[in-house]
Order: sequence, then C-alpha cells, then structure tokens
Amino acid sequence: MADFPILSIVTFLPLVGAAIIFAIYEDSDVARRNVRYVALLTTVVTFIVSLGIWVNFDNTQPGFQMVERWDWIAEGGIAYHMGVDGISMLFVILTTFLMPFCILASWESVTKRIREYMIAFLVLETLMIGVFCALDLVLFYVFFEAGLIPMFLIIGVWGGQHRVYASLKFFLYTLLGSVLMLLAMMAMIWQSGTSDIPLLLAHDFPASMQTWLWIAFFASFAVKMPMWPVHTWLPDAHVEAPTAGSVILAGILLKMGGYGFLRFSLPMFPLASADLQMVVFVLSAIAIVYTSLVALMQEDIKKLIAYSSVAHMGYVTMGIFAANAQGIQGGIFQMLSHGLISGALFLCVGVVYDRMHTRQIDAYGGLVNRMPAYATVFLIFTMANVGLPGTSGFVGELLTLLGVFKVNTWIAVFATLGVILSAAYALWLYRRVIFGALEKETLKAMLDLSPREKLILYPLVVLVIYFGVNPGPVFDVTQASVDALIADYQAGLQAAVQTAAK
Amino acid sequence: MEPGTITFNLAVAIPELMLAVGAMVLLMIGAFTGEKSARSMHVIAVALIAAAAAVLVYTAPEGVVFSDAFVSDRFARLMKLLVLGGSTFAIAMSYGFARHASYGRFEYPILVVLATLGMMVMISADDLIALYLGLEMQALALYVAAAINRDSLRASEAGLKYFVLGALSSGMLLYGMSLIYGFTGHTNFAGIAEAMAAERQLGEIFGIVFMLAGIAFKVSAAPFHMWTPDVYEGAPTPVTAFFAAAPKVAAMAMMIRVTYGAFEHAAADWQQIIAFLAIASMLLGAFAAIGQTNIKRLMAYSSIGHMGFALVGLAAGTQTGVSGVIIYLIIYLIMTLGTFACILAMRREDGLVEDISELSGLSRTHPMMALMLTALMFSLAGIPPLAGFWAKYFVFLAAVQAELYVLAVIGVLASVVGAFYYLRIVKIMWFDEPESGFVPMASELRLVLGVSGVFTIFYVVVAGPVSSIATGAARTFF
Repeated sequence: MADFPILSIVTFLPLVGAAIIFAIYEDSDVARRNVRYVALLTTVVTFIVSLGIWVNFDNTQPGFQMVERWDWIAEGGIAYHMGVDGISMLFVILTTFLMPFCILASWESVTKRIREYMIAFLVLETLMIGVFCALDLVLFYVFFEAGLIPMFLIIGVWGGQHRVYASLKFFLYTLLGSVLMLLAMMAMIWQSGTSDIPLLLAHDFPASMQTWLWIAFFASFAVKMPMWPVHTWLPDAHVEAPTAGSVILAGILLKMGGYGFLRFSLPMFPLASADLQMVVFVLSAIAIVYTSLVALMQEDIKKLIAYSSVAHMGYVTMGIFAANAQGIQGGIFQMLSHGLISGALFLCVGVVYDRMHTRQIDAYGGLVNRMPAYATVFLIFTMANVGLPGTSGFVGELLTLLGVFKVNTWIAVFATLGVILSAAYALWLYRRVIFGALEKETLKAMLDLSPREKLILYPLVVLVIYFGVNPGPVFDVTQASVDALIADYQAGLQAAVQTAAK
Repeated sequence: MEPGTITFNLAVAIPELMLAVGAMVLLMIGAFTGEKSARSMHVIAVALIAAAAAVLVYTAPEGVVFSDAFVSDRFARLMKLLVLGGSTFAIAMSYGFARHASYGRFEYPILVVLATLGMMVMISADDLIALYLGLEMQALALYVAAAINRDSLRASEAGLKYFVLGALSSGMLLYGMSLIYGFTGHTNFAGIAEAMAAERQLGEIFGIVFMLAGIAFKVSAAPFHMWTPDVYEGAPTPVTAFFAAAPKVAAMAMMIRVTYGAFEHAAADWQQIIAFLAIASMLLGAFAAIGQTNIKRLMAYSSIGHMGFALVGLAAGTQTGVSGVIIYLIIYLIMTLGTFACILAMRREDGLVEDISELSGLSRTHPMMALMLTALMFSLAGIPPLAGFWAKYFVFLAAVQAELYVLAVIGVLASVVGAFYYLRIVKIMWFDEPESGFVPMASELRLVLGVSGVFTIFYVVVAGPVSSIATGAARTFF
C-alpha cells in the first residue's frame, strides 16, 4: 500500500469527473441530469477513496505519511511533494465529505449552466484537497491561489444580486494577501535553499527575518480566515454566493487560513509567533465580541451566519497561537466542527431560500407550524453553533478557551463574552424564523424537508452530535502531530534563548 | 582566408540569409503579379519563416562571424526561435484579412519578413553597428506596417507617430552609442566590456543612460511608452498582434545582450535604471489600463505592464534573473498571440469590433473561445497554475534573491491592481447577459488560440523542461 499514490488519486479524481462533464457537450434535460449524476458520483467516489487515507493513517506517527515525491521544476528546486500528517488529514476528509452535500444542495436550485457549475465545483475540490496535501511551498501556493478562479466564477455567475461586487472583492482581497505571502515564500526559498515543507519545518530562520515572514504569511491567512479587520469580504461573498458556494466557503476555504497558521506560521516562525502572540489574541478577542454584536443587527440570515463564522474563527486563531496542547487541539477541532456546523447552517438557509427566494429574516416566522422536521434540524445546528454541550461546537470552544486561559486570563474572559453573545444572536434568529404565529400568506404553502434535503441534513446532525459526545477519534488522529508541533515550537524558542544568552 | 572558412562562417547566418533572399524574391513576385497574389504571399511567407526556423534549429551552427559583430549562441537561437514563431503566427492570423481591400496588401507579409530579419540581427548583434542596423531594419518595416491601411486616418496617424517617436529614440540610442564609442574606443561588445572593467568615466554612464532610454522605447517601457497605446489602437488589428509579440521579445533580448554583454561590469549603474523602468512600467501598466474600454488599448497598457515585470528579472542582475526574463518572454509571447487571436475573432457581419463590452456573455455564445480567453486573462493576471504565474514567479524570485525587496513588493502589488482589469474582462464574458454572437472564428485563429490556450492551461506539465531550456540559454552570459 505504501507505493499506492492515494493522495494524488484523491486529489485528481474530481478533475477526471470534471473532464467527463466537459465532454458532455449537449444541452438537453437528459444531458443535464447526466451532468448532475456524474458530479455526484465523482464526489461520492472521491469521499470513499479518501476514507482509505484515514484507514491507512498511523495515529502514532507524528510525521508525514503516504508521501509522494517527484521532481517537477528541477531548476527551481520545486517538487511535486504530497503527504498528510495528523493536522492536515482530517481536513482532506472534511473536504471530500462536504462535497457530495454541495452537489446535492445544488440539485434543483441551480438551473442555469449546470455543466459549468459542476465543473467549477469539481475543479475547486481538487484544488482544496491539494492545499491540504501539498508538501512543497510552491505547490501549496499553486493550489491555494488557484482556488480563487473557480470560486470567483461560482460567486459571479450563480450568485445573487450584487454578485459582481462580491466576487471582485473576494478575489482582490484574497489575492492581495496572498501575493505578499508569495514574496515571503520566495525569501524563505532563497534563505534556506529549498521549497520542501518538511525540510523547512526543520530549518531555523534568523530571528530578524522571522517577523517579516510571519507578517507576510499573516497577511494572507488572516484575510482567508478571515480575522477582524480584514473580514469584510466574507459577508458579501457569503450573501451573494449560491448555497453550495457558501458551504464550501465557510466549510473549507476559511479553514485554509487556520491550516496555514498551523503548518507555517507556528512551527516555522516560532519566535515571531511568540512575539506577536498578543496581536493575534487582541484581534481574535475583538473579532469574537465585535462580529457577534454585528451579527445581532443583521436582517439577512446568511449575513448573520457569515458574521458568526468570523466570530468562531476568532476562537481558532486564539487557540492556535496559545501554542499549547489544548489550544491547538481545540483550534483544529473547532475548525472541523465549524466546517460541519456552518456548512449545515448554510444548507438550512438554502432549504428555505429555495422555497421563498429571500434571505430576509422578516420574511419568515412561524415555520415550525408547517415544517417540524426542518425546525428540529435547524434547532440542533443552532445549538451546535452556540456551543451547547453535547454538540461538537462545545468541544472546540471549551478547549480553545482553556488553552488561552492558561496563557492570558483577560483575553479568555473577553472571549467568553462571545459565547453569551453567540447564544443571543443565534437563538434570536431561531425565534424570528421558526417560532411565532404563521402569519404570512406566502409561508402557508411551505412544504417540509424533501427526501433529498433529509439526505443532506440528517447525516450532518448525526456527526455533529457524535463528535460532541465522542470527540476521541479526532484527537487520536491529531495528537501525535500536535505534540510534535508543540515540541518543535518550544525547541525553537529555547534555541533562541540560548543563542541570546551566549 | 580560405574559401572553406567563408562558407562555414556564412552557415551561422543561414536563417538570416534565407529571410533576406526570400523577402526580395517575394517582393519581385508581388511586384509582377499584383494584389491578387496577396493570399498566396501570406502562405509563402509563413513557409519561408518556418523553413528558416527549421534551419535554425537543426543545421545552423553556433559561432561568431563578420568580425565578431554577429554572434549565434544558445541564447540567440532560443530568442530567434521565439521571434520566428511570433512572426509566423502573426502572418497566419492576418491571412483572413488578406482579402480585405484596404489593408490586404501583398506588401504586408514581406514587411513582416523584413522586420523579422531585423529582429534576428538585433538578437545576434554583438557590436554597436550591427545592433543599430538590425534595429533600424526592424523599425522601418514596422513603421510602414503600422500605416499599411493608407485610407484610414487613424492608421496613418499611428504610423506617423510611431515613426517620429521611433526616430527620436533612435537618435538617443545613437547618441549613447557615440558616447560609448568615444570613451571606450570600441564598438564591439567584448571590447566595451573590457574597457569598462576598470573604472568608469562619466561619459560612459551618460552613454549607458542614453542607450537604455533608446532601447526602453523599443520595449515600450514607461516612461518611454507614449507611442504604444496610440499605435496599438490605430494600426490594423493583425498588425497590432504582430507588434505586441515578436518585436517585444527581440528588443528585450537585445537589452539583455547589451546589459550583460557590453555593460557587464557596469551592473551597479544600469541596475538602478532598469529597476526604475520596471517600477514605472508596472505601475503605469496596472493603473492606466483600468479606465480603458478599447481592448487593443487595454492590451497596449497590459504589454507595458508585462515588460515592467520582465525588467524586474533583468534588474536582478543574476543568472536566475536572466532565465526568469527568458521564461517571461516565452510565456508572454504565447499569451499575447492567443489574446490577439480572440481580439481578431471579435467580428460581426459589419466588421471588427474593439470595445470590451462587445464580449459580454461570450461564455454562452462562444463557450470554447470564452474558456480560452478566460484562461489567458487569469494567466495574464498571474494566477496559478496558469503560465503567467510561473513567468512572474521566476522574475520575482530573482528579485528577492538579489534583495531588491522594494521592487518586488511594488511589483506584486501592481500585479494585484492589474488583476482587476483582467477580471473585468472575465466578468464581462461570464457575468453579463449575452449580446449577439460573433461570426464563426476562422480556422487559423482557432489554431493559434488553441495552441496558446492549451499551453497556458497545461503549462505546469512543461514547466520543468521550459525552465531548463531558459537556464541553459541564460548560462550564455555567466
């Protein structure tokens, strides 16, 4: 099994599906149905194959596994180098897991240009998996940045009313952050003489350089994450994107920022991470409190969830830069759990949007009378979003707060305010949409969840509760790598102290 | 000298000789048969250039001839191949216009062949005199080509503007050359380099400045770019397609040979000039293109910006930098030809259209063309994994290695600004409602667009070999 290139297969399988869809040139009802089925089949097969990664994954080994390496651009020292460790592996699974739901969510709601739509999603899947598997700096950047193209088209072509503005803002914001990271990568390649991530992880960058490199990487990942105050592209992009686009955006794309912090900022620039820890803490605390307050004021359901995503990502950044086991484990768990919960929430919004074609909170009310199953599912995800014990949202928030508490009590106190505020906006949203009397005439004809929608939402309910009650399987996977990461980080700090002492 | 050596010496310049003789033969054929031969002249010219390229690749040896004035090395051969390729595609793309009464003249392919000959001499020039000969031969042919549509006021204006400003720049170049000759006593690049090795006098610095200003005009680097938008817009579109591709490569190759050959010991002096040209061009290309609505004018500013990016690699002054420039030129040439194939395909029943808004909804009316053009636009914006990213990657890598951080930061920020107007074209093609479609694309345009689009999208596959070829060529100077 060692020689079986499973990561490449999982990465490029969606591209094969995209090529097949590309070959379906005809534009008829049958062709459109075939396009949908090919896309669904591709994503499902990709998911099943990707489970092979988890099965073959050795939890005890902290290093990279299932490594593949071929020379690519010999002159530049760039290699096609893939591999996963405990930090990245579950993100790959999360990506392949969410994709079939995205395809299913677009089954009926996307009617125009279905062929291009599915191609864009499959290409995006390849690029997202690639980001988490890449073990070469340049390869990582290629996957990371190329994802902008399909996402730009998804928002711009299939988006809402202000899609053009939102898509351009999304693209340019992210690009601006990324090009600075690219320069930092070039500086790293020049300084260390390699673009190989495992080698770079072992390399000690001089202290003076670390700060600049850290800032450049931060520029990119903070925008992607997104952190306050560079989060403003996210609500626009979320509101305008089609449902599946929002799911991917919140579920996977945001996680690339957190993954980047874990893969690059923390282990490669430990000194800068320690120096600038307070900056991250303050920004995260502001993000948690401020965006929660902003979320309270929203009239648009999607915008509210978007702001809540920013707040939840605040816990992640905080936990990661606390740089202790609880913080980092919690950060990873929070990202995975938020991937499920926010994805599910956007799918829930999609359900009512498909029926009413509006996202205004005012347009709804009393849905529980007509849609009991929907109300139940939505309630579970709302509670998970708030961080109710017993749901996966609780585990991540608790651990990150614990981690931060050990480092800085005041920041943890501030961040805890966010837990209360999140309960406020989420429950208030729930009350306005689901409870109350069913007064609006248009809502009276609403149907409850269709079998397709049940198929999308029920598995997510199960997982959100399962990982809330039994988070063990996730921590088993991440444990070894996180421990190694912290040891590496501490060693980097120690080495610097010793050099300073000499 | 034995007769045998003469034949051997000429062998180095056989591709050039083929073009020179071929152009004269073509001129005779044209003069005697008249306008009706215009289309077949296109075909013969393409065959001629292709044959020259084949000879260049397979038989022509490397060496130095004509009293060290003409050199053929790996760098020269690669650059010549690019120029020949650019010219071939440019003539092929104008094939459909040969029928067109107002500028479908038989002289056009001949002018392209002559310009190509001039460019090849420029690339091989290892002496100030040879350099000037090649440059003027190329420039004179281009001035005429710009004004080939005699009945059009815009084309005549473009030709005249190009000529006047071109003459001015040639004057500057000549003045710089005379200063260099006066202070070093050499016209040969090796001699100049030797004379400059020890200490540089003020006159030599002035000479360098004037020469670089003259050459910057030819590559249309800001602040010597003023002619570019007007000439691009005014000249007939097939001519613009030619202008944007091969001459840029030739001028840049000449710039590399002058800076790394003749002025190799004055690197500290010319690096500052090149860095300034690069920054000015990148910023101008990025900001001035935003307001453009005419796609040819937009491409003019885009090409100014791209030359700025290529100059970043030159400013680095290292082997990585030169190989970065070479990679940039290869990719730029192919992307530009593909983009112009699309612009030439923007044709309705009543003729060519040039406004960007005419592309609206192209993804529905012409899905394949829209797909290719989208790839080209993202590539020009420098988004991975497309070819344009790798072009930028290697020049900026060289700049970072040379510790030109300010230049690199300004450059990447300019590329983000530049991304905006490329995205605007993508937006028009994909997000806007369709207009009536264009007439079906001519097969030669499809071919050019197909080659260019496939190269752009699948560049990652050939990135390794292209880089090693470029590195091999760059090694010539180190």
